[in-house]
Amino acid sequence: MITELIITSTIKITLVIIVILTGVAYSVYAERRISALIQNRIGPNRVGPAGLLQPIADVLKLLLKEDIVPAKATKPIHTLAPMISIFVALCTIAVVPFGDSIHLFSRDIRLQIADVNIGILYILALTSLGVYGITLSGWSSNNKYSLFGGLRSSAQMISYELSMGLSVVGVILMTGSLSLQDIVLHQFGWKWNIILQPIGFITFLVAAFAETNRAPFDLPEAEPELVGGYHTEYSSMKFALFFLAEYANMIVSSTVIVTLFLGGWQFPYLQTFGLPPLVVSLLQVFTFVIKVVAMIVFFIWVRWSIPRFRYDQLMNLGWKVMLPLALANIVITALLIAIFRS
Amino acid sequence: MNYYEIIFYVFAVLTVVSAGVVVFSRNIIYSAFALLFTFTGVAGIYVLLNADFIAITQLLIYVGGIMILLIFGVMLTTNVTNVEITTQTLKALPATIVVAIVSALLVSTMVSTKWAVKDPISVESTTINQIGELLLTKYLLPFEIASIVLLIAMMGAAFLARKN
Repeated sequence: MITELIITSTIKITLVIIVILTGVAYSVYAERRISALIQNRIGPNRVGPAGLLQPIADVLKLLLKEDIVPAKATKPIHTLAPMISIFVALCTIAVVPFGDSIHLFSRDIRLQIADVNIGILYILALTSLGVYGITLSGWSSNNKYSLFGGLRSSAQMISYELSMGLSVVGVILMTGSLSLQDIVLHQFGWKWNIILQPIGFITFLVAAFAETNRAPFDLPEAEPELVGGYHTEYSSMKFALFFLAEYANMIVSSTVIVTLFLGGWQFPYLQTFGLPPLVVSLLQVFTFVIKVVAMIVFFIWVRWSIPRFRYDQLMNLGWKVMLPLALANIVITALLIAIFRS
Repeated sequence: MNYYEIIFYVFAVLTVVSAGVVVFSRNIIYSAFALLFTFTGVAGIYVLLNADFIAITQLLIYVGGIMILLIFGVMLTTNVTNVEITTQTLKALPATIVVAIVSALLVSTMVSTKWAVKDPISVESTTINQIGELLLTKYLLPFEIASIVLLIAMMGAAFLARKN
């Protein structure tokens, strides 16, 4: 029984990690192509057909580069920091359901690595750990630009964690459960949380951009002022790990946004079409993937359309706009639920 | 050894070894950093005890919140202002006595307590419902007092941080 659980979990974990890592490689490619499209350039199109092999060339290049550690760096922490970043980014995916359940080899397999009852809290707890990778890398490099990048990032992530946590409360009130599978099941038909919780969606989306350090909130690595930010002193595979973590974070937050607000793997009224169960399961997974890809494209689109915030603007937005909005959303949701239930 | 025991020992070793580093390391950075792993190990043991909510709050508050502030404090004092902070052995005799008393107390509690062992199947799958209900019914007053204390602390911090 438990051995079977371990075997199926291992298979699921391996598959999900392979998918995410491939997804990372191709989101980098997508980012370069889309940015080129937006800026009226051509972008990478030489390696393989339409440049599709470019990610492999990039990975090989990073692997073969020399690994330089500054002489005065605190070496153990300098090495550990990128590992923390990638660990946190990949662990969050464990509670995200990417489908209902699938009937294979005469048993039902749930399409989720772990259906934790407190899934949302798990995600929030892990995102709060993500700050360590950046802070420690900034400090241990013994470089003032790295340190500034690390400090900025910590302040930013701690500030936006609050509005992120609060904006989920509306969804939790609607569902009455912290499990992500329950939240998805609650959004059947067209009852997606983006329609029922528009303010919650906006605050969560902004917080997700800030938590992943993506433009317009990419102050930790603002090139004109901080060289490379927290990863200035990183090279070779350690730099690649940070790069990987950044894009993995983007993918994982896309999956979380899709799960919480865009109906997860739900395809509206799919059950009424009378399709065989296996096709239904596969279509649901496919729906989930399509939604996630749309979210990733949205992330990229925003990065190349909106200029970077100034640091005080970022803090003002976080504390004076997003936090009150998220709080107001909780009060309004609670009131409406109390009125409609009685 | 079954799987639970293996997982338990992994987390137990992580907790104890990192706690040892916290105490014995000469470099305060490594002490602060090892404390991070102690908290994480304790969170893992909570998960094994089926206290899922406590485990997550341990991660959220101790590892994600308090430790960040602690590491910040340590980092900014050592590397920016060039102050070498090291831990030294001071007053060995009184320390030994205090440690002996405390550990005797802990060991005697450990031996004398009747540990409630529950069948793993009968345990509820999540504790969060009961915790929420108890906080808003039986323990409402302590809960509200704690929130007022926190509010006062926050106002105090904001007051101290203001320039005039």
